[in-house]
Amino acid sequence: MAEPVLTIEHLTKEYDGQTVLKDVSLQVHEGEVIVIVGPSGSGKSTLLRCINALEDIQGGEIRLRGQKITAGAKNLPQIRQKIGMVFQSYELFPHLTVMNNILLAPMKAQKRAKEEVQAEAMALLTRVGLADKADSLPRQLSGGQKQRVAIVRALCMHPEILLFDEVTAALDPEMVREVLEVILQLAENKRTMLIVTHEMPFARAVADRIILLDDGRIQDDTDPEEFFESPKTELAKRFLQSFEYTRTRKSDD
Amino acid sequence: MQSLGVEVLFKGKNFARLMGGMWTALKISLVSIAISMVLGLLLGMLVSRKNRVLRGVMRCYLEFIHIMPQMVLLFLVFFGTSKAFGWNLSGELSSVIVFSLWGTAEMSDLVRGAVTSVPKIQYESAMALGMTPAQVNRYVILPQAVRRLIPQSINLITRMIKTTSLVLMVGVVEILKVAQQIIEANRKASPNAAFGVYLTVFLLYFLLCWPVSLLAKHLEKRWG
Ligand SMILES: Nc1ncnc2c1ncn2[C@@H]1O[C@H](COP(=O)(O)OP(=O)(O)OP(=O)(O)O)[C@@H](O)[C@H]1O
Ligand SMILES: [Mg+2]
Repeated sequence: MAEPVLTIEHLTKEYDGQTVLKDVSLQVHEGEVIVIVGPSGSGKSTLLRCINALEDIQGGEIRLRGQKITAGAKNLPQIRQKIGMVFQSYELFPHLTVMNNILLAPMKAQKRAKEEVQAEAMALLTRVGLADKADSLPRQLSGGQKQRVAIVRALCMHPEILLFDEVTAALDPEMVREVLEVILQLAENKRTMLIVTHEMPFARAVADRIILLDDGRIQDDTDPEEFFESPKTELAKRFLQSFEYTRTRKSDD
Repeated sequence: MQSLGVEVLFKGKNFARLMGGMWTALKISLVSIAISMVLGLLLGMLVSRKNRVLRGVMRCYLEFIHIMPQMVLLFLVFFGTSKAFGWNLSGELSSVIVFSLWGTAEMSDLVRGAVTSVPKIQYESAMALGMTPAQVNRYVILPQAVRRLIPQSINLITRMIKTTSLVLMVGVVEILKVAQQIIEANRKASPNAAFGVYLTVFLLYFLLCWPVSLLAKHLEKRWG
Protein backbone atom coordinates (compact mmCIF):
# COMPACT_ATOMS: atom_id res chain seq x y z
CA MET A 1 0.00 0.00 0.00
CA ALA A 2 1.10 3.56 -0.73
CA GLU A 3 2.47 5.81 1.98
CA PRO A 4 -0.36 7.22 4.08
CA VAL A 5 -1.15 10.94 3.87
CA LEU A 6 -1.38 11.24 7.64
CA THR A 7 0.14 9.04 10.31
CA ILE A 8 -0.61 9.34 13.99
CA GLU A 9 1.41 7.13 16.34
CA HIS A 10 0.78 6.67 20.07
CA LEU A 11 -0.54 10.22 20.47
CA THR A 12 -1.01 11.38 24.04
CA LYS A 13 -2.54 14.73 24.94
CA GLU A 14 -2.95 16.17 28.41
CA TYR A 15 -4.64 19.29 29.70
CA ASP A 16 -3.14 20.21 33.06
CA GLY A 17 -2.63 16.66 34.23
CA GLN A 18 -5.83 15.28 32.74
CA THR A 19 -5.19 12.90 29.85
CA VAL A 20 -7.60 13.65 27.04
CA LEU A 21 -6.10 11.49 24.27
CA LYS A 22 -4.57 8.15 25.18
CA ASP A 23 -2.23 6.30 22.85
CA VAL A 24 -4.16 7.18 19.70
CA SER A 25 -2.77 5.66 16.49
CA LEU A 26 -4.30 6.21 13.11
CA GLN A 27 -3.37 6.18 9.44
CA VAL A 28 -5.24 8.10 6.77
CA HIS A 29 -4.62 7.10 3.17
CA GLU A 30 -5.03 9.11 0.01
CA GLY A 31 -8.68 9.57 -0.93
CA GLU A 32 -9.94 8.08 2.30
CA VAL A 33 -12.85 9.61 4.23
CA ILE A 34 -12.75 8.88 7.93
CA VAL A 35 -15.59 9.92 10.20
CA ILE A 36 -14.85 10.27 13.89
CA VAL A 37 -17.80 9.85 16.22
CA GLY A 38 -18.04 9.68 19.96
CA PRO A 39 -19.77 11.16 22.97
CA SER A 40 -19.25 14.76 24.01
CA GLY A 41 -15.88 15.29 25.67
CA SER A 42 -14.34 12.15 24.20
CA GLY A 43 -11.54 14.15 22.56
CA LYS A 44 -12.67 14.48 18.93
CA SER A 45 -11.99 18.21 18.60
CA THR A 46 -8.74 17.84 20.50
CA LEU A 47 -7.57 15.17 18.05
CA LEU A 48 -8.22 17.43 15.06
CA ARG A 49 -6.56 20.37 16.78
CA CYS A 50 -3.46 18.28 17.53
CA ILE A 51 -3.18 17.34 13.86
CA ASN A 52 -2.47 20.91 12.80
CA ALA A 53 -0.62 21.72 15.99
CA LEU A 54 -3.14 24.12 17.46
CA GLU A 55 -2.40 22.06 20.59
CA ASP A 56 0.97 20.79 21.72
CA ILE A 57 1.17 17.09 22.43
CA GLN A 58 2.71 15.22 25.35
CA GLY A 59 3.58 11.98 23.61
CA GLY A 60 3.66 10.22 20.26
CA GLU A 61 4.10 11.56 16.79
CA ILE A 62 2.02 13.04 13.98
CA ARG A 63 3.37 13.07 10.43
CA LEU A 64 1.97 14.46 7.21
CA ARG A 65 3.54 12.67 4.23
CA GLY A 66 6.47 11.81 6.43
CA GLN A 67 6.97 15.35 7.74
CA LYS A 68 6.73 15.57 11.49
CA ILE A 69 4.24 18.09 12.83
CA THR A 70 5.53 19.89 15.91
CA ALA A 71 3.92 22.83 17.68
CA GLY A 72 6.19 25.87 17.48
CA ALA A 73 8.38 24.44 14.71
CA LYS A 74 9.70 26.71 11.96
CA ASN A 75 8.12 24.75 9.12
CA LEU A 76 4.69 24.67 10.78
CA PRO A 77 3.08 27.32 8.51
CA GLN A 78 4.19 25.34 5.43
CA ILE A 79 2.77 22.11 6.81
CA ARG A 80 -0.46 23.78 7.85
CA GLN A 81 -0.96 24.99 4.29
CA LYS A 82 -1.43 21.34 3.37
CA ILE A 83 -4.00 20.76 6.09
CA GLY A 84 -7.37 22.40 5.56
CA MET A 85 -9.45 22.92 8.67
CA VAL A 86 -13.07 23.99 8.92
CA PHE A 87 -14.44 25.04 12.29
CA GLN A 88 -17.90 24.73 13.76
CA SER A 89 -18.17 28.53 14.05
CA TYR A 90 -16.96 29.21 10.44
CA GLU A 91 -14.36 31.78 11.55
CA LEU A 92 -14.46 33.85 8.41
CA PHE A 93 -12.54 37.10 8.84
CA PRO A 94 -15.31 39.65 9.48
CA HIS A 95 -13.49 42.65 7.99
CA LEU A 96 -12.90 41.00 4.60
CA THR A 97 -15.30 40.24 1.79
CA VAL A 98 -15.99 36.64 0.84
CA MET A 99 -13.52 36.86 -2.04
CA ASN A 100 -10.79 38.43 0.11
CA ASN A 101 -11.35 35.84 2.82
CA ILE A 102 -10.55 33.20 0.20
CA LEU A 103 -7.66 35.11 -1.43
CA LEU A 104 -5.78 36.06 1.72
CA ALA A 105 -3.86 32.88 2.55
CA PRO A 106 -3.13 31.75 -1.05
CA MET A 107 -1.73 35.19 -1.84
CA LYS A 108 0.12 35.94 1.39
CA ALA A 109 1.18 32.50 2.58
CA GLN A 110 1.61 30.76 -0.78
CA LYS A 111 2.56 33.91 -2.74
CA ARG A 112 0.32 32.94 -5.63
CA ALA A 113 -0.82 35.42 -8.27
CA LYS A 114 -4.09 37.18 -7.57
CA GLU A 115 -5.66 36.51 -10.99
CA GLU A 116 -4.99 32.81 -10.77
CA VAL A 117 -6.40 32.41 -7.24
CA GLN A 118 -9.34 34.65 -8.04
CA ALA A 119 -10.30 32.51 -11.01
CA GLU A 120 -10.08 29.37 -8.92
CA ALA A 121 -12.02 30.96 -6.06
CA MET A 122 -14.77 32.03 -8.42
CA ALA A 123 -15.02 28.53 -9.87
CA LEU A 124 -15.26 27.01 -6.39
CA LEU A 125 -17.82 29.58 -5.24
CA THR A 126 -19.89 28.78 -8.29
CA ARG A 127 -19.70 25.10 -7.47
CA VAL A 128 -21.13 25.71 -3.97
CA GLY A 129 -23.75 28.12 -5.35
CA LEU A 130 -22.31 31.34 -3.96
CA ALA A 131 -20.88 33.08 -7.02
CA ASP A 132 -23.11 36.10 -6.39
CA LYS A 133 -21.79 36.51 -2.84
CA ALA A 134 -18.15 37.11 -3.74
CA ASP A 135 -18.32 40.76 -2.73
CA SER A 136 -20.51 40.31 0.34
CA LEU A 137 -19.22 40.63 3.87
CA PRO A 138 -19.52 37.57 6.14
CA ARG A 139 -22.15 39.22 8.30
CA GLN A 140 -24.45 39.48 5.28
CA LEU A 141 -24.49 35.69 4.86
CA SER A 142 -26.51 32.95 6.52
CA GLY A 143 -24.73 30.34 8.63
CA GLY A 144 -24.91 27.76 5.87
CA GLN A 145 -23.50 30.21 3.35
CA LYS A 146 -20.67 31.18 5.70
CA GLN A 147 -19.76 27.56 6.21
CA ARG A 148 -19.66 26.90 2.48
CA VAL A 149 -17.35 29.91 2.08
CA ALA A 150 -15.14 28.51 4.86
CA ILE A 151 -14.91 25.23 2.95
CA VAL A 152 -14.01 27.03 -0.27
CA ARG A 153 -11.39 29.04 1.63
CA ALA A 154 -9.79 25.81 2.84
CA LEU A 155 -9.99 24.17 -0.61
CA CYS A 156 -8.30 27.09 -2.34
CA MET A 157 -5.08 26.24 -0.48
CA HIS A 158 -4.97 22.85 -2.26
CA PRO A 159 -4.68 20.93 1.01
CA GLU A 160 -3.68 17.27 1.10
CA ILE A 161 -6.19 16.57 3.83
CA LEU A 162 -9.29 18.31 5.12
CA LEU A 163 -10.37 18.38 8.76
CA PHE A 164 -14.02 19.12 9.59
CA ASP A 165 -15.01 19.68 13.21
CA GLU A 166 -18.79 19.48 13.59
CA VAL A 167 -19.22 21.97 10.80
CA THR A 168 -23.01 21.79 10.91
CA ALA A 169 -23.47 21.83 14.68
CA ALA A 170 -24.09 25.59 14.83
CA LEU A 171 -26.48 25.63 11.86
CA ASP A 172 -30.24 25.80 11.73
CA PRO A 173 -31.54 22.40 10.62
CA GLU A 174 -32.63 23.61 7.19
CA MET A 175 -29.08 24.69 6.39
CA VAL A 176 -27.37 21.48 7.42
CA ARG A 177 -28.04 19.73 4.14
CA GLU A 178 -26.55 22.41 1.88
CA VAL A 179 -23.25 22.12 3.74
CA LEU A 180 -23.20 18.35 4.00
CA GLU A 181 -23.89 18.03 0.29
CA VAL A 182 -20.76 20.03 -0.44
CA ILE A 183 -18.77 17.61 1.70
CA LEU A 184 -20.39 14.61 0.01
CA GLN A 185 -19.31 16.03 -3.32
CA LEU A 186 -15.75 16.34 -2.03
CA ALA A 187 -15.86 12.69 -0.99
CA GLU A 188 -16.95 11.73 -4.49
CA ASN A 189 -13.96 13.62 -5.84
CA LYS A 190 -11.72 11.43 -3.68
CA ARG A 191 -10.65 14.11 -1.24
CA THR A 192 -8.82 12.88 1.84
CA MET A 193 -10.88 13.92 4.84
CA LEU A 194 -11.22 13.53 8.59
CA ILE A 195 -14.73 14.46 9.67
CA VAL A 196 -16.12 14.86 13.16
CA THR A 197 -19.91 14.88 13.11
CA HIS A 198 -23.02 14.05 15.10
CA GLU A 199 -25.08 13.62 11.90
CA MET A 200 -25.27 9.84 11.80
CA PRO A 201 -27.04 9.39 8.43
CA PHE A 202 -24.44 11.67 6.89
CA ALA A 203 -21.61 9.80 8.59
CA ARG A 204 -22.90 6.57 7.14
CA ALA A 205 -23.20 8.03 3.65
CA VAL A 206 -19.84 9.77 3.49
CA ALA A 207 -17.48 7.52 5.44
CA ASP A 208 -15.09 4.88 4.21
CA ARG A 209 -14.19 4.20 7.81
CA ILE A 210 -15.84 5.06 11.11
CA ILE A 211 -13.77 5.63 14.21
CA LEU A 212 -15.41 5.62 17.61
CA LEU A 213 -13.59 7.72 20.17
CA ASP A 214 -14.48 7.32 23.81
CA ASP A 215 -12.65 8.72 26.80
CA GLY A 216 -9.67 9.64 24.63
CA ARG A 217 -9.20 6.16 23.14
CA ILE A 218 -10.06 4.69 19.76
CA GLN A 219 -12.63 2.07 20.72
CA ASP A 220 -13.74 1.01 17.28
CA ASP A 221 -12.37 1.39 13.76
CA THR A 222 -14.51 -0.20 11.12
CA ASP A 223 -16.48 0.31 7.91
CA PRO A 224 -19.82 2.14 8.16
CA GLU A 225 -21.96 -0.86 7.16
CA GLU A 226 -20.68 -2.89 10.07
CA PHE A 227 -20.65 0.02 12.51
CA PHE A 228 -24.28 0.91 11.94
CA GLU A 229 -25.76 -2.53 11.12
CA SER A 230 -23.94 -4.87 13.43
CA PRO A 231 -21.79 -2.95 15.90
CA LYS A 232 -19.22 -5.27 17.47
CA THR A 233 -18.29 -3.46 20.63
CA GLU A 234 -20.48 -2.77 23.60
CA LEU A 235 -19.51 0.91 23.49
CA ALA A 236 -20.54 1.27 19.84
CA LYS A 237 -23.90 -0.31 20.60
CA ARG A 238 -24.47 2.03 23.49
CA PHE A 239 -23.32 5.03 21.49
CA LEU A 240 -25.73 4.24 18.67
CA GLN A 241 -28.54 3.64 21.12
CA SER A 242 -28.04 7.11 22.52
CA PHE A 243 -29.10 8.43 19.11
CA GLU A 244 -32.12 6.13 18.93
CA TYR A 245 -33.20 7.50 22.27
CA THR A 246 -32.94 11.15 21.30
CA ARG A 247 -34.76 10.44 18.07
CA THR A 248 -37.70 8.63 19.64
CA ARG A 249 -38.02 11.34 22.24
CA LYS A 250 -38.00 14.00 19.58
CA SER A 251 -40.72 12.33 17.52
CA ASP A 252 -42.84 11.88 20.64
CA ASP A 253 -43.20 15.53 21.49
CA MET B 1 -28.04 95.11 29.64
CA GLN B 2 -25.06 94.14 31.69
CA SER B 3 -21.88 93.54 29.83
CA LEU B 4 -20.69 89.95 29.51
CA GLY B 5 -17.13 91.16 29.69
CA VAL B 6 -16.31 89.83 26.25
CA GLU B 7 -15.24 93.28 25.13
CA VAL B 8 -11.90 93.03 26.94
CA LEU B 9 -10.88 90.51 24.30
CA PHE B 10 -10.97 93.16 21.66
CA LYS B 11 -8.78 95.56 23.58
CA GLY B 12 -5.24 95.83 22.32
CA LYS B 13 -3.59 92.50 21.54
CA ASN B 14 -5.71 90.47 23.94
CA PHE B 15 -7.37 88.28 21.33
CA ALA B 16 -4.10 87.57 19.58
CA ARG B 17 -2.57 86.64 22.95
CA LEU B 18 -5.41 84.27 23.66
CA MET B 19 -4.98 82.63 20.28
CA GLY B 20 -1.25 82.40 20.90
CA GLY B 21 -1.91 80.59 24.16
CA MET B 22 -4.29 78.30 22.40
CA TRP B 23 -1.64 77.48 19.83
CA THR B 24 0.91 76.60 22.53
CA ALA B 25 -1.61 74.31 24.17
CA LEU B 26 -2.51 72.71 20.88
CA LYS B 27 1.15 72.22 20.00
CA ILE B 28 1.79 70.44 23.30
CA SER B 29 -1.28 68.25 22.75
CA LEU B 30 -0.41 67.40 19.17
CA VAL B 31 3.18 66.44 19.91
CA SER B 32 2.16 64.37 22.95
CA ILE B 33 -0.67 62.73 21.01
CA ALA B 34 1.64 61.75 18.16
CA ILE B 35 4.19 60.26 20.57
CA SER B 36 1.48 58.48 22.60
CA MET B 37 -0.19 56.92 19.56
CA VAL B 38 3.04 55.46 18.20
CA LEU B 39 4.52 54.28 21.50
CA GLY B 40 1.11 53.08 22.76
CA LEU B 41 0.59 50.98 19.67
CA LEU B 42 4.00 49.34 19.96
CA LEU B 43 3.76 48.77 23.72
CA GLY B 44 0.16 47.54 23.46
CA MET B 45 1.13 44.97 20.82
CA LEU B 46 4.05 43.81 22.96
CA VAL B 47 1.88 43.44 26.06
CA SER B 48 -0.72 41.43 24.13
CA ARG B 49 1.90 38.71 23.87
CA LYS B 50 2.26 36.27 26.67
CA ASN B 51 5.53 37.51 28.17
CA ARG B 52 4.98 37.64 31.93
CA VAL B 53 7.81 39.98 32.88
CA LEU B 54 6.79 42.51 30.28
CA ARG B 55 3.17 42.34 31.41
CA GLY B 56 4.20 42.87 35.04
CA VAL B 57 6.31 45.91 34.21
CA MET B 58 3.53 47.37 32.10
CA ARG B 59 0.96 46.84 34.80
CA CYS B 60 3.11 48.80 37.30
CA TYR B 61 3.55 51.60 34.78
CA LEU B 62 -0.19 51.73 34.09
CA GLU B 63 -1.12 51.69 37.77
CA PHE B 64 1.38 54.45 38.53
CA ILE B 65 0.05 56.67 35.77
CA HIS B 66 -3.57 55.99 36.73
CA ILE B 67 -3.08 56.74 40.40
CA MET B 68 -0.97 59.90 40.03
CA PRO B 69 -2.95 63.03 39.19
CA GLN B 70 -1.47 64.59 36.07
CA MET B 71 -0.73 67.74 37.97
CA VAL B 72 1.45 65.90 40.43
CA LEU B 73 3.27 64.26 37.53
CA LEU B 74 3.82 67.65 35.97
CA PHE B 75 5.34 69.07 39.13
CA LEU B 76 7.40 65.95 39.55
CA VAL B 77 8.90 66.22 36.07
CA PHE B 78 9.21 69.99 35.98
CA PHE B 79 10.46 70.77 39.47
CA GLY B 80 11.44 67.39 40.83
CA THR B 81 13.75 66.21 38.10
CA SER B 82 15.43 69.57 37.55
CA LYS B 83 16.40 69.51 41.23
CA ALA B 84 17.39 65.88 41.20
CA PHE B 85 19.36 65.78 37.96
CA GLY B 86 20.28 69.40 37.65
CA TRP B 87 18.90 69.82 34.15
CA ASN B 88 16.61 72.57 33.13
CA LEU B 89 13.51 71.36 31.42
CA SER B 90 11.32 73.96 29.82
CA GLY B 91 7.67 74.01 30.78
CA GLU B 92 6.69 72.91 27.30
CA LEU B 93 9.06 69.98 27.26
CA SER B 94 7.98 68.81 30.73
CA SER B 95 4.39 69.01 29.60
CA VAL B 96 5.12 66.96 26.52
CA ILE B 97 6.92 64.35 28.64
CA VAL B 98 4.10 64.06 31.15
CA PHE B 99 1.32 63.98 28.58
CA SER B 100 3.22 61.43 26.52
CA LEU B 101 3.76 59.21 29.55
CA TRP B 102 0.07 59.42 30.32
CA GLY B 103 -1.13 59.06 26.71
CA THR B 104 1.19 56.13 26.05
CA ALA B 105 -0.10 54.31 29.12
CA GLU B 106 -3.74 54.83 28.17
CA MET B 107 -3.14 54.05 24.52
CA SER B 108 -1.24 50.84 25.19
CA ASP B 109 -4.08 49.71 27.42
CA LEU B 110 -6.61 50.45 24.68
CA VAL B 111 -4.48 48.53 22.16
CA ARG B 112 -4.15 45.57 24.50
CA GLY B 113 -7.90 45.58 25.05
CA ALA B 114 -8.62 45.78 21.33
CA VAL B 115 -6.16 43.05 20.38
CA THR B 116 -7.28 40.64 23.09
CA SER B 117 -10.93 41.28 22.22
CA VAL B 118 -10.38 39.50 18.90
CA PRO B 119 -11.42 35.91 19.68
CA LYS B 120 -8.60 33.36 19.99
CA ILE B 121 -10.22 31.14 17.41
CA GLN B 122 -9.73 33.88 14.80
CA TYR B 123 -5.97 33.50 15.35
CA GLU B 124 -6.36 29.75 15.14
CA SER B 125 -8.32 29.73 11.90
CA ALA B 126 -5.78 32.10 10.35
CA MET B 127 -2.88 29.95 11.59
CA ALA B 128 -4.64 26.85 10.27
CA LEU B 129 -4.53 28.42 6.81
CA GLY B 130 -0.74 28.34 7.03
CA MET B 131 -0.02 32.03 7.57
CA THR B 132 2.92 33.01 9.74
CA PRO B 133 2.20 34.73 13.08
CA ALA B 134 3.34 38.06 11.57
CA GLN B 135 0.95 37.66 8.63
CA VAL B 136 -1.89 36.70 10.97
CA ASN B 137 -1.31 39.83 13.05
CA ARG B 138 -1.00 42.10 10.08
CA TYR B 139 -3.91 40.89 7.94
CA VAL B 140 -6.36 39.38 10.40
CA ILE B 141 -5.91 40.63 13.95
CA LEU B 142 -4.76 44.24 13.59
CA PRO B 143 -7.44 45.31 11.09
CA GLN B 144 -10.09 44.00 13.46
CA ALA B 145 -8.42 45.57 16.50
CA VAL B 146 -8.02 48.94 14.77
CA ARG B 147 -11.73 49.12 14.04
CA ARG B 148 -12.42 48.74 17.74
CA LEU B 149 -9.58 51.04 18.62
CA ILE B 150 -10.35 54.10 16.53
CA PRO B 151 -13.34 55.52 18.42
CA GLN B 152 -11.61 54.90 21.74
CA SER B 153 -8.35 56.49 20.73
CA ILE B 154 -10.18 59.54 19.39
CA ASN B 155 -11.88 59.81 22.75
CA LEU B 156 -8.41 59.69 24.32
CA ILE B 157 -7.22 62.41 21.95
CA THR B 158 -10.05 64.76 22.96
CA ARG B 159 -9.29 64.12 26.62
CA MET B 160 -5.63 64.89 25.99
CA ILE B 161 -6.50 68.16 24.28
CA LYS B 162 -8.69 69.13 27.22
CA THR B 163 -6.20 68.23 29.88
CA THR B 164 -3.55 70.41 28.31
CA SER B 165 -5.04 73.29 30.28
CA LEU B 166 -3.18 71.76 33.20
CA VAL B 167 0.17 72.95 31.87
CA LEU B 168 -0.74 76.34 33.20
CA MET B 169 0.50 75.01 36.49
CA VAL B 170 4.10 74.90 35.32
CA GLY B 171 4.08 78.28 33.74
CA VAL B 172 3.67 77.63 30.08
CA VAL B 173 1.92 80.55 28.55
CA GLU B 174 -1.13 78.65 27.72
CA ILE B 175 -4.70 79.45 27.04
CA LEU B 176 -5.98 79.57 30.59
CA LYS B 177 -3.00 81.48 31.75
CA VAL B 178 -3.44 84.06 29.05
CA ALA B 179 -7.07 84.25 30.04
CA GLN B 180 -6.09 84.87 33.64
CA GLN B 181 -3.63 87.56 32.66
CA ILE B 182 -6.24 89.31 30.60
CA ILE B 183 -8.67 89.11 33.48
CA GLU B 184 -6.14 90.52 35.94
CA ALA B 185 -5.16 93.38 33.67
CA ASN B 186 -8.74 94.41 33.13
CA ARG B 187 -10.08 93.93 36.64
CA LYS B 188 -10.91 97.64 37.01
CA ALA B 189 -12.17 98.45 33.54
CA SER B 190 -14.29 95.33 33.01
CA PRO B 191 -15.31 93.64 36.25
CA ASN B 192 -17.11 90.96 34.26
CA ALA B 193 -13.99 90.05 32.30
CA ALA B 194 -13.64 86.74 34.15
CA PHE B 195 -16.93 85.48 32.82
CA GLY B 196 -16.39 86.74 29.30
CA VAL B 197 -12.90 85.44 28.96
CA TYR B 198 -13.63 82.05 30.43
CA LEU B 199 -16.67 81.77 28.19
CA THR B 200 -14.44 82.41 25.22
CA VAL B 201 -11.91 79.86 26.43
CA PHE B 202 -14.70 77.35 26.84
CA LEU B 203 -15.95 78.03 23.33
CA LEU B 204 -12.46 77.70 21.88
CA TYR B 205 -11.95 74.33 23.56
CA PHE B 206 -15.36 73.27 22.40
CA LEU B 207 -14.53 74.21 18.82
CA LEU B 208 -11.34 72.21 19.10
CA CYS B 209 -12.85 69.06 20.56
CA TRP B 210 -16.21 69.00 18.86
CA PRO B 211 -15.05 68.11 15.33
CA VAL B 212 -12.83 65.42 16.82
CA SER B 213 -15.72 63.83 18.70
CA LEU B 214 -17.98 64.08 15.63
CA LEU B 215 -15.34 62.22 13.66
CA ALA B 216 -15.20 59.61 16.42
CA LYS B 217 -18.96 59.07 16.22
CA HIS B 218 -18.85 58.81 12.46
CA LEU B 219 -16.07 56.22 12.48
CA GLU B 220 -17.79 54.30 15.24
CA LYS B 221 -20.89 54.00 13.08
CA ARG B 222 -18.99 52.99 10.00
CA TRP B 223 -16.74 50.40 11.62
CA GLY B 224 -18.61 49.58 14.82
N1 LIG C 1 -8.44 24.11 26.49
C1 LIG C 1 -8.75 23.10 27.31
N2 LIG C 1 -8.30 23.07 28.58
C2 LIG C 1 -8.59 22.07 29.43
N3 LIG C 1 -9.34 21.00 29.08
C3 LIG C 1 -9.84 20.95 27.84
C4 LIG C 1 -9.58 21.99 26.87
N4 LIG C 1 -10.19 21.67 25.71
C5 LIG C 1 -10.80 20.49 25.93
N5 LIG C 1 -10.60 20.05 27.19
C6 LIG C 1 -11.09 18.77 27.74
O1 LIG C 1 -10.67 17.74 26.89
C7 LIG C 1 -11.69 16.78 26.75
C8 LIG C 1 -11.98 16.53 25.30
O2 LIG C 1 -12.53 17.70 24.74
P1 LIG C 1 -12.94 17.82 23.22
O3 LIG C 1 -13.38 19.21 22.99
O4 LIG C 1 -11.85 17.29 22.38
O5 LIG C 1 -14.19 16.84 23.14
P2 LIG C 1 -15.15 16.55 21.91
O6 LIG C 1 -15.12 15.09 21.68
O7 LIG C 1 -14.80 17.42 20.78
O8 LIG C 1 -16.55 16.96 22.50
P3 LIG C 1 -17.82 17.62 21.79
O9 LIG C 1 -18.54 16.52 21.09
O10 LIG C 1 -18.63 18.14 22.92
O11 LIG C 1 -17.31 18.68 20.89
C9 LIG C 1 -12.86 17.26 27.56
O12 LIG C 1 -12.84 16.59 28.79
C10 LIG C 1 -12.60 18.71 27.75
O13 LIG C 1 -13.11 19.13 28.99
MG1 LIG D 1 -15.77 19.08 19.83
